[in-house]
Amino acid sequence: MLYYILRRILQMVPVIIGVTLILFMLIYMIPEDPASLILQKGATEQALANLRAKMGIDRPLHIQYLRYMGNLVRGDLGTSYRYRRPVSSILADYYPNSIRLALAAIIIEIFVGIITGIIAAVKRYSFWDTLVTVSTTLAVCVPVFWLGMIFQNIFGLRLGWLPISGMGDGSLRYYIMPAFTLASVSLAYVARITRSSMLETMSNDYITTAFAKGLSPGMVIGKHALKNAMIPVVTLVGLNLGTLMGGAVLTETVFNWPGVGRAIYHAILERDTPVVIGGTLVLVMIFLILNLIIDIVYAYLDPRIRFDRRESRV
Amino acid sequence: MYERVYKLQNAISGEPGNKYSRSSLYKDAWRRLTRNRLAIIGLSIIAALIFISLFSPFLATHDPTLRVKEDSLKPPGSQYWFGTDILGRDIYSRVIYGSRISMLVGIVAVGISLLIGLGMGAVAGYFGGFSDALIMRIADIFFAFPYILGAIAIMAVLGPGIVNIFVAIGILGWAHFARLFRSSILSIKNKEYIEAARALGASNFRIIIKHIFPNSFAPIIVFGTMNVGTAIIVEAALSFLGLGVQPPAPAWGQMLSESMRYINTAPWMMFFPGMAIVFTVLGFVLFGDGLRDAFDPRMK
Repeated sequence: MLYYILRRILQMVPVIIGVTLILFMLIYMIPEDPASLILQKGATEQALANLRAKMGIDRPLHIQYLRYMGNLVRGDLGTSYRYRRPVSSILADYYPNSIRLALAAIIIEIFVGIITGIIAAVKRYSFWDTLVTVSTTLAVCVPVFWLGMIFQNIFGLRLGWLPISGMGDGSLRYYIMPAFTLASVSLAYVARITRSSMLETMSNDYITTAFAKGLSPGMVIGKHALKNAMIPVVTLVGLNLGTLMGGAVLTETVFNWPGVGRAIYHAILERDTPVVIGGTLVLVMIFLILNLIIDIVYAYLDPRIRFDRRESRV
Repeated sequence: MYERVYKLQNAISGEPGNKYSRSSLYKDAWRRLTRNRLAIIGLSIIAALIFISLFSPFLATHDPTLRVKEDSLKPPGSQYWFGTDILGRDIYSRVIYGSRISMLVGIVAVGISLLIGLGMGAVAGYFGGFSDALIMRIADIFFAFPYILGAIAIMAVLGPGIVNIFVAIGILGWAHFARLFRSSILSIKNKEYIEAARALGASNFRIIIKHIFPNSFAPIIVFGTMNVGTAIIVEAALSFLGLGVQPPAPAWGQMLSESMRYINTAPWMMFFPGMAIVFTVLGFVLFGDGLRDAFDPRMK
């Protein structure tokens, strides 16, 4: 197991290098001169040159990349054009809120998704099954930000059940709408795959045996079927994290949630590119780390994963 | 939902008329597709959208960018079918014209992904070895990049505009096509008919284009169709964030962004563009699902 975890972490290294390289190239491609954006309009040529030297943007590309990586390792994401502050200090206040919202969404996605999937599978071809199939098909087609606005209109304004936006005092009520919105697309996929995975598992001989020896349906489904049906679901949850991180920008914007996503949105409006790129990097990193955790859970649930790979690689 | 039963009936009743007629993968698939009600609904939605985007000037009732100050925030009615926005522009006409941007982005961006992906996938799958390893590692990096985040980062640097959207969405989507095409090449490149072609002196390029491509087309067209829906949602998201087509051009995502402050006072502002996106994406998803079932009836 330890071997597997280590190998998985090492596999992340080229991906991280690739991702940072792409983002670095994007920063490099910014047409404006960062120095003149940071300094005031009337800055002298000498002051601009000094700042360029200080920022290292007069050096060759590969040196700049190494410097950029060195800064990243130390948690330096560059300087905001707009606020003339380090990007990291701008984002530092926000990322815990993004992680909290993402975790809330993952919990909803897993629990609600699995339960609806099981109901649809067990009561196959019933009204509930149809409802789940139709609503999961629709959920994939609905843009998350629009869904969020619909929720705000219905549950926030018309019914007045939940706060419309913001994080307020951070109590659970503020999480419900944004977390459901963020989870919507992934939830639909989880419900669908749980349904088909359960149907497949339920047709196995050992399930028939379990029923034949007189176990209650709850026992058969909960003890025998569910555990084996969960493996593709866990993979899917991992794959969907990307959607979740992308959705975070939109959801946080709609719900005015004080997270990295909203910071990215404001930076877009203010043409503050370093904050956009830095925020993107933070979200990609959150995504990679959550992905790693899910992979480890996956290997724990299904021992075949960690043994299979090792044998085939050696 | 009742597809299984339906398919079973098909299998039992058979298709007597076709017993002696020539049939091919594509003929069979077409027959299955036309019998799939959901796929036909999807296809109708797509056809309707193409019609709407081609004939927008005839279908629109107003100039989509015309501002009528005294008609600001009018609810839907006989003059303005879908109501008006804060600047007094007709939402119905804007939704109609908005279809042009969405369809264009969906088709062009996926076309770019497809071209890059097929090229990369062909090299990786056909030649293998180092080029395969390199291309697939690059693809891994693109997989690690959440689609919308990547698009946001690229658009933030390139600046807003429709051509940049083509580039951003097109560049980000190639990895899936490459992986798909590579795996179908791997599964057929050692088949006898490829060997036969090579024995007859066909060049690599000819083998890929003439023999491998037609035989691995099915999964690519299925994925491509579904991807058009994804591209349309991403474009809407970019426009929503202010990174898409610039105002006053009517893009659905941007209309939703404008409606954010009027959720309470003018809910029609957000309702109609949102429904337009949902229907469009639904069309491509249903048709893509139908195509998948048609090409490979064992699945699902």
